[in-house]
Amino acid sequence: MSITLNVNGQDQTVNADPDTPLLYALRNDLELNGPKFGCGLGQCGACTVIVDGKPIFSCLTPIAVLEGKKIRTVEGLGTVEKPGPMQQAFIEEQAAQCGYCIPGMMMRAQALLEKNPAATETQIRTALEPNLCRCGTHMRILRAVKRAGELMQQAGTGGNA
Amino acid sequence: MLRRLLIVLVVVVILAGAAFFSLVYKPAIDAVPPGQAQTFDTALVAHGAELAAIGDCSSCHTTAGGKPFAGGLAVPTPFGTIYSSNITPDRATGIGQWSEAAFQRALREGVDRDGNFLYPAFPFDHFTHVSDDDINALYAYFMTRQAVNAPSPASVLQFPYSIRQAMAGWDLLFLKKGPLQPVADQSDEWNRGRYLAEGLGHCAACHTPRNQLGAEDSSQQFAGGSVIDGWYVYPLDKNSPAPTKWDVASLTSYLKHGFAQGHGAAAGPMAQVTANLAGVNDADVKAIATYVASQMGVDSTTPTPAPTTMAAGEPSPPLNSGDSLNLPMTVPTGADIGQTVFATACSSCHTAGRAQPFGGVDLRQSSAVNADSPQNVVNMVLYGLPASDGKVGPIMPSFAGALDQGQLVALLGYLRSGAGKSAWSDAATVVADTLSGKTAVKSYSADGIERVPGAGNARTTP
Repeated sequence: MSITLNVNGQDQTVNADPDTPLLYALRNDLELNGPKFGCGLGQCGACTVIVDGKPIFSCLTPIAVLEGKKIRTVEGLGTVEKPGPMQQAFIEEQAAQCGYCIPGMMMRAQALLEKNPAATETQIRTALEPNLCRCGTHMRILRAVKRAGELMQQAGTGGNA
Repeated sequence: MLRRLLIVLVVVVILAGAAFFSLVYKPAIDAVPPGQAQTFDTALVAHGAELAAIGDCSSCHTTAGGKPFAGGLAVPTPFGTIYSSNITPDRATGIGQWSEAAFQRALREGVDRDGNFLYPAFPFDHFTHVSDDDINALYAYFMTRQAVNAPSPASVLQFPYSIRQAMAGWDLLFLKKGPLQPVADQSDEWNRGRYLAEGLGHCAACHTPRNQLGAEDSSQQFAGGSVIDGWYVYPLDKNSPAPTKWDVASLTSYLKHGFAQGHGAAAGPMAQVTANLAGVNDADVKAIATYVASQMGVDSTTPTPAPTTMAAGEPSPPLNSGDSLNLPMTVPTGADIGQTVFATACSSCHTAGRAQPFGGVDLRQSSAVNADSPQNVVNMVLYGLPASDGKVGPIMPSFAGALDQGQLVALLGYLRSGAGKSAWSDAATVVADTLSGKTAVKSYSADGIERVPGAGNARTTP
């Protein structure tokens, strides 16, 4: 079956079964490898992307329910040459160790800060609770999200580069 | 004549005043002198720990992220917000100054050490049935907890409920003091279960509807139907929505492990109850199950045979081991939105035939799907069942954000028709109110720890 997905602002056609998880469509069909496969059960958050402004687990969201919705991955936040504020902040704080969880962390944090760039540490911790990091870089991740919020407020933007 | 009438009137007023005074005046009970350490037998403390678990004390007396039993949890009521008290042995802000007599009076009569009336959010109308020995063990347990200096916020109640003495009237009307008399034609196990369920366990505090004055309506014992912490309360009487009837074995398993094959998993505030009961001896849990099953009309003396068919009349798929699952459904041509969502998002776990807790329950068997309200299904889809820390238990991922309002409502319709039930008339409203946050939902993992959405984590078991 062929389904049209709007990813990072572009309509793209994917030929896949309707129960294909969005994560597989993104990685295998659209070659967007930012979102990662961690547990496949919605328990670790490595696959987190944004759909219509909300963070979701792409590993367990079938593409059949996503037609017409706006999907955003970490690739949509900026480029290597021109990183978005979230990416910039993660680079400045050197928040990645192995980096596997980071795209998911950034997307969940992005969804939070787009609603509230002045989120408190408690709000950030609560929002990021579904995302796990095995390396233990949580303190840097928290600082990076704080910094991203500041960058967004300075720029007065919703966060896309 | 007039003089005599006046004397009678004065006497009547004095008598009425004295009666009123004796009703509303409760003397303070002397504080335990400072520096006088109380010692308790460790076996007694351990027994008290089990009793505190049966009483689910931690659920109300611990906040998310807070220290065990330090109180401060906001309990919303139709009359205002009540904050739970600190029941650690801190002398300044807890119950460190309370003698066992004061502790016993609070449990039995709803009056604190200073003589203030307590609000019945604290279920002393149940605890009044607790035996002297059990109160003794509970006292030993609480007096040996870590003292935490944590003042509880003052309760904020509307007039006249803000006047604690008014509770004297409530107690007069609704507090039936004293032990429960055993029912002669029931087994010892049933009577033990009744003592635990109606006493410390206070099951009816949530599972029985309350009247205008916030007292349980005993004519509707275990009729359920209210919404607590955003979760619909199931009836535990003969109107239990479970299509496969509960029996003593399945209820015992559910209460002890937080899930039961063919029924589903405990979620919401009930997850705290089952997390606590996990640490209670099997005999007492089975006794509670025996009593509760009898309220549902199950004859406690004859075991119910395991069901072989499901609600819609189709045979259950055989339970598989972890590595041989039924294939997920394919989406049939012409499927509506609800069926498409179910086939693509739900069926890989819920029709796989894998046993719980690793597989999902057959949703036609689910109490949530068969209940009068869609609230619990909506909560489960949106918030799932978060994983517990270091403990095997049922999980379900959260689908918040993945499914929109229309897809959720369509899914509810599909689940209901699959279970052979008519559609919920309030499905759209319940979905909208839950998505908007108008219905605040607390989410708990199988170990009873409050998870997002909420104020972060709390280990509610001590």
